Amino acid sequence: MTSVIDRLGSPAATGLPGPPASPRIPRKRRRRIAAAAMVAPTVAGLLVFYAYPLVASIYYSFTSYDLFSPPRWVGLTNYEFLFTSDPRIGNAALNTLWFVVVLVPIKIVVALAIAGLLARRTRGSGFWRTVFYLPSLVPPVAGVVAFVFLFNPGSGPVNVVLGFFGIEGPLWFSDPALSKPSLVLLGIWMMGDLMVIMLAGLLDVPRELYEAASLDGANGWQQVRFVTLPTIQPILGFSVVTGVIAALQYFTEAAVASSVASGQASVGSGTASTLGYPGDSLLTYTQWLYARGFSNYQLGYASAMAVVLFVTASILLVVAMRRISAFQPEEVS
Amino acid sequence: MSAVTAAPAQVGSDQRAVRRRPRRLAGRALLTWIAEHALLLALAVVFVSPVVFVVFTSVMHSNQALTGDLVPRSLELGNYVRIFSEAPLATWYGNTVLYAVLSTAFMLVASVPAGYALAKLRFRGSNVIFLAIVVAMLLPPQVTAVPVYVMWSELGLTGSLWPLILPNLLGDAFSVFLIRQFFLTIPTDFANAARMDGASEWGVLWRVMIPMARPGIAAAAIFLFFRSWNDYYGPLLYASENQAAWPVAYGLATYRGIHGTDWAGTMALTVVVLVPVVVVFFLAQKVFVEGIALSGVKG
Repeated sequence: MTSVIDRLGSPAATGLPGPPASPRIPRKRRRRIAAAAMVAPTVAGLLVFYAYPLVASIYYSFTSYDLFSPPRWVGLTNYEFLFTSDPRIGNAALNTLWFVVVLVPIKIVVALAIAGLLARRTRGSGFWRTVFYLPSLVPPVAGVVAFVFLFNPGSGPVNVVLGFFGIEGPLWFSDPALSKPSLVLLGIWMMGDLMVIMLAGLLDVPRELYEAASLDGANGWQQVRFVTLPTIQPILGFSVVTGVIAALQYFTEAAVASSVASGQASVGSGTASTLGYPGDSLLTYTQWLYARGFSNYQLGYASAMAVVLFVTASILLVVAMRRISAFQPEEVS
Repeated sequence: MSAVTAAPAQVGSDQRAVRRRPRRLAGRALLTWIAEHALLLALAVVFVSPVVFVVFTSVMHSNQALTGDLVPRSLELGNYVRIFSEAPLATWYGNTVLYAVLSTAFMLVASVPAGYALAKLRFRGSNVIFLAIVVAMLLPPQVTAVPVYVMWSELGLTGSLWPLILPNLLGDAFSVFLIRQFFLTIPTDFANAARMDGASEWGVLWRVMIPMARPGIAAAAIFLFFRSWNDYYGPLLYASENQAAWPVAYGLATYRGIHGTDWAGTMALTVVVLVPVVVVFFLAQKVFVEGIALSGVKG
């Protein structure tokens, strides 16, 4: 069956003019060899750093392994513990889910709103774009350290400014109820790359569509609803899928916020001592995986957590590869 | 239907626009202009103020930094000197530069040919390889972390940044993807002309295609440079036990832990981590903005 399709697809079978046969063959073969050489290192990288580790993760997930003695087969024990007995994993998964459900949409809406404001400007747009884009380049660690300082309850500028208005500022990064929202504020500050993608999309919406819509009597909001959003829908889809995949692995901001806000040394022990501060509110799934695997050397259990993460991410991967055209292979020319 | 009615009306509105050329904003338009600019300005102040407060605090006396003062009373540039003696900052900086520069150079060697071949050369399996690259680029790194860590630990390279630098010699998924997307937008005519003149495939790539793809390649290089410069998870995984191998961003994350109440020093260190990023951005602004649009939606 496939061979028939192959033949149907070839120029000879479809009757389309192909390249002249005989004198071209050495050329084509040389081209194939060159192409193989060009992709060979990357293919090797895919095998060594992705294909093998994926298989090995699944194997390790059925073992007890501490890096120092060989892995010992334990069957489904790791998974059983993961789903029934691990005292902190449920909370960690819920925290990650919180970032998926809250952080991702808020970032997209803010990025779209600011891009919308900028898309209407012609003069000075470069200046405004730079102002809103630049924070996204800030190293996340520096951004978190800066925000923990800005929001620190004792002397932080945010609470000082709130004080000018007679508001007693909350504890922000030290309050379990506000630590995640504080990181959302950081995420908004750093949404610039998303904003640039949205802006490129908005500037591509043909002007005639708006003119036609306004002739049909559509008001401002209706134009956004029925012209802008449908046209940039591929970009929104891209932002949602890649945003959710990024949120699933949310690690650096939460780990650094915990460590810096608690003010405790975490040298050498990674993030173990300050994990999740305050009160486990910032403990995400990937941090817990890291702690299990690389602070406690429960590599088998960490692999089981990795497999569960992989299964979750796979659903999104499939959506991403089906719906986002940039992720689909196309006819090479 | 609407297209038919729209066409003449559009001509009309264009003529009106021409007649109204003298740029005087009337009533409502002026109000909208003011409202939008006021909103933009307010947002800009909110977005810029974190950096301003960080810089202000970095030049405060360390005692003043503990008070609620927003503006420094004196200019204490000594904070910037002090942090160099309180942390092995020169070493950390050197590690970061090594990490970012080598990663980028290695990535280019492997990823430019791969991106080109996937975009422009027809060969069996290229679609499968492309799909594998997309999966690799979207896969959370924690999924493969354990076996990859075991590999590097068996090679005796944990405790250094090499496990983060060396893999780039075998290509970087996102970079290959980005470079491929850019090559797709380049017409093949010049390449075919060079082939007619007898150039080899590598000659076509090196002398014809790479010069034309320079913006895309530059974008991929800058993205990887900053991904390495900003990286926290990688150094935490591989180098956290060896302080001499830390990059500066990782060192910053631990600094406050060691120097608990030293906000002035912490902010000075934050500025030191931040400045190179800002400088490179202003040197290569166009590359950034175009590259980002390219990573989202192609062409």
